[in-house]
Amino acid sequence: MSGVTLPLLTIVTFLPLAGAILLLFIRRDKEGLIRRVSLVVTGVTLLISLALPLSFDFGSAEFQFVERVSWIPTIGVSYIMGIDGISLWLVCLTALISPIAVLCSWEAITERVKEYHFFLLLMHTGMMGVFLALDFFLFYVFWEVVLVPMYFLIGIWGHPARRLYAAIKFFLYTLFGSVVMLLGILAVYFYAGAQTGTHTFDILELMKVSYPWSPSLLSFQNLVWLAFFLSFAIKVPMFPFHTWLPDAHTEAPTAGSLILAAVLLKMGTYGFVRFSLPMFPEATLYFVPFMVTLSIFAIIYGAMVCLVQQDMKRLIAFSSVSHMGFVMLGMFALNMQGLQGSILQMVNHGLSTGALFLIVGLIYDRIHSRMIADMGGLSTVMPIYGTLFAITMFSSIGLPGLNGFIGEFLILVGAFKVSWLWALFAVSGIVLGAAYMLWLFQRTMFGKVIHERNKGLPDLNLREVMTLIPLVIMFFWIGLYPAPFLKAMEPSVQKVVKRLDQARKVVEAPTPTPVARNWARDRHEE
Amino acid sequence: MPGTYNPADVLQALPEVFLASVALIVLVLSFAAPARRGWMETLSIGGVVGTGVLLVWAAVPLFQPGGSPVSVFSGSYLVDKFAIFFKVVFLIATLLVILMSIDYLPLVGVPVGEFYAILLFSTVGMMFIASGGNLLTLYIGLETMSISIYILCGFLKRDQKSNEAALKYLLMGAFSSGVILYGISLLYGLTGALGFEEIAATLATIDLSNPALLLAMVMLTAGFGFKIAIVPFHMYLPDVYEGAPTAVTAFLAVASEAAGVAALLRVFLGAMPHIQVDWTVLFWILAALTMTIGNVVAMAQRNIKRMLAYSSIAHIGYVLIGFVAGAKLGISAVLFYVLVYAFMTAGAFAMVILLQTETVKGDLIEDFAGLGQVKPIAAAAMVIFLLSLTGIPPTAGFVGKFYLFSAAISAGYVWLTLIAVINTAISLFYYMRVAMVMYMGEAPEGLALSSSRPLHAAVAFAVLGTLGIGIFPQWFLKIAQASVFGLLP
Repeated sequence: MSGVTLPLLTIVTFLPLAGAILLLFIRRDKEGLIRRVSLVVTGVTLLISLALPLSFDFGSAEFQFVERVSWIPTIGVSYIMGIDGISLWLVCLTALISPIAVLCSWEAITERVKEYHFFLLLMHTGMMGVFLALDFFLFYVFWEVVLVPMYFLIGIWGHPARRLYAAIKFFLYTLFGSVVMLLGILAVYFYAGAQTGTHTFDILELMKVSYPWSPSLLSFQNLVWLAFFLSFAIKVPMFPFHTWLPDAHTEAPTAGSLILAAVLLKMGTYGFVRFSLPMFPEATLYFVPFMVTLSIFAIIYGAMVCLVQQDMKRLIAFSSVSHMGFVMLGMFALNMQGLQGSILQMVNHGLSTGALFLIVGLIYDRIHSRMIADMGGLSTVMPIYGTLFAITMFSSIGLPGLNGFIGEFLILVGAFKVSWLWALFAVSGIVLGAAYMLWLFQRTMFGKVIHERNKGLPDLNLREVMTLIPLVIMFFWIGLYPAPFLKAMEPSVQKVVKRLDQARKVVEAPTPTPVARNWARDRHEE
Repeated sequence: MPGTYNPADVLQALPEVFLASVALIVLVLSFAAPARRGWMETLSIGGVVGTGVLLVWAAVPLFQPGGSPVSVFSGSYLVDKFAIFFKVVFLIATLLVILMSIDYLPLVGVPVGEFYAILLFSTVGMMFIASGGNLLTLYIGLETMSISIYILCGFLKRDQKSNEAALKYLLMGAFSSGVILYGISLLYGLTGALGFEEIAATLATIDLSNPALLLAMVMLTAGFGFKIAIVPFHMYLPDVYEGAPTAVTAFLAVASEAAGVAALLRVFLGAMPHIQVDWTVLFWILAALTMTIGNVVAMAQRNIKRMLAYSSIAHIGYVLIGFVAGAKLGISAVLFYVLVYAFMTAGAFAMVILLQTETVKGDLIEDFAGLGQVKPIAAAAMVIFLLSLTGIPPTAGFVGKFYLFSAAISAGYVWLTLIAVINTAISLFYYMRVAMVMYMGEAPEGLALSSSRPLHAAVAFAVLGTLGIGIFPQWFLKIAQASVFGLLP
């Protein structure tokens, strides 16, 4: 095709927004229509997004489908969108999750259906934008736009007990982090502007600049890195910034938890790969011990907390803390395997934890409880449910043949290449992970049906199965044939690794330490 | 040539003359034909719009490349981009307030004609502040504005709180005017001049360590601090905001604050640039205090007018960040923020008026309960204002804050910006509480909103401004940047 090219990225980003605006013109009591329109809009967005991997140049590390329009030239802001191997699968994941979010709310959401779908679609636009924006101002706008709908989703449709608390806690934590990141962005903007003479928020331009670094905590690059870190670490969430997560997850409606786990947490890890690593490579290397410590803490702490949870949803929320610790550990191995595994594991975690939240939601719709004690022996009553739960659980604990295995394996290889100790801790996390998941499954699914009222529970209907099937297909696809996924991200990841290797020379350059200097001086005086 | 008088110079002040004349006609109408409410309303709106047209007409040559500011009446009256910018903000605010008032005044029993006439007089006063080329013009503008507002605050004659507001504001206002005058007289004594340029020129030659100069600066800071409610001179403000008729509160919060900022910029940047080092330190502390105390106390409010009062104190704190950062970037950020602030705050107050009916006073946060379900459009508008006040994209408040922060970072005030960041998080808490009440609370039986068309138009206009400037800020940023030239060396 020559001449006019479709602004594909703009379409997949703003189509949901257009759908949201369309919803405003539908009467609020036509709930069926509202649901169908939302499903069609998200479905079409998914179909269009499929064109992205199909026409993506797998051999290129550069950004593709780039669109560029001037927006606020006075301060150097442009509308720039682009996609590379790192963001490609996250965009596809977002596109896949959204129709599922609509589907899983079909019967669960009966109040204020119009606003609910409006917020879902609005959030869809924000999430797409975060992964596609290549201008810091634009990125920040999308980053914040995601918060507002999520706040309302938790606050209005959440579990009545503590939804207000959870909603404001989520909003406050993430907003605080974001605004600190904004200061980091501004610092980069002014520094690069002074260096190059043109002030711009264009991320590609800002990446070309190298920012001053020295092995002191207070050097420019380290401080900016920390500003970004705060925002991303809260979003991931990394230990000890994770406390908003269990509350938000537990109180959110199923679709909210699904999106939160599948996409919103990835915004944090994506931020690290996209910005912190390639823009501030020296600072990244400087903070490796710090990051790895936090990640290992998260892996083990998250898993231990899971073991004592009474509430199934809270358990899965804490398992996210542990799994995201894994993603961070792989990332900060800072080598090919670790990074690839980390990015793949982002997608995997999105798929499998998303599916787990769906599974909790399905049972909650039936028994109106999330307590493990209220379940037990359900697989005899609901065999389809039990089967899908089992597959998802195996995906989550990384059984070979399913997606989780590939990601965890790569992360372990990456970590092992740096230090066998890291790999050891990571493996213990996997073992604990298998323990709490299997135990959860055993307590809820196996054995006799302990509660009389659970005996007549209906199994999943077609719509409910359809919410899980796409995810299950993806489990197997990534698990059995991960090559296309890894191949697409390889050049982009290679570029990041190369940049880090360059930085390593700077960081590990033999600088005389104060002690050495003294020693040398003493020698000289002798 | 200073000292000469050219009758044609009056034409430079045509917008003010025009608006004052309209105000006088409205005043005459109010006793000649008191029943003709519609005439007075139309005339007032027409007066404001007409003045706007005159201003734009005067602004076109100024904003052309090579357009130079005009100074008439021996330099006491300036027509520059800075003045035009602020005057447009005042007119937007006045227009919004008139639209809000049209059905509100009869509801609360305020005499219509006098109200509009005094409102317009107050606007004329503000316009003189913006154009003030020496301390006296500025002072007279300030008094014209303030005295009009004292009257407006007490317009609810039978309402105790309104009386309290008027008296409190009068006493505080008179006191602060006295302090400003004292500062002016000290400056005059030191430099022998009243014009900003002459003062600045003299200060360049004299010994700057003179304690009287410092005293003058402190006096002026305190005086203007009272006018725009900088902590610790803010105590009166919440009571005044709560007691005054809501339309007047909106006027106070938007137009009068903007005028105070204009005065502050004129005096400190115009007359005292040589001691910028001194007042920057002072305002650094004041900015940090103002935003923190404003936001923290706002969290505890149940009355939305009081909450917005503290929020406006906090926003003045943000504005001061740009003032402290200084330079073209900082001052243009102040200008831009004042414009943005006008839209979002006027919008929020319009929402309070919207809630007021014959039976419900509508000034408690609980009165917003359930609005999201019963009146989704109104609630959505309020959410947009609240998000903008918090500074969340894609609203104008975000761009304003972004621009202020970038000015502060570029000038190296990282700590002050960090304080502002923490404050942003605090403010989220109380702004979102209103949203929470609207969407998660239960609506009382028969919740009704004002059916006033002009009020709806005011809300729509404010939404348009808040979202429009938020999504397409380019043009407005350029105007704000252009408007500081001439004020800064």
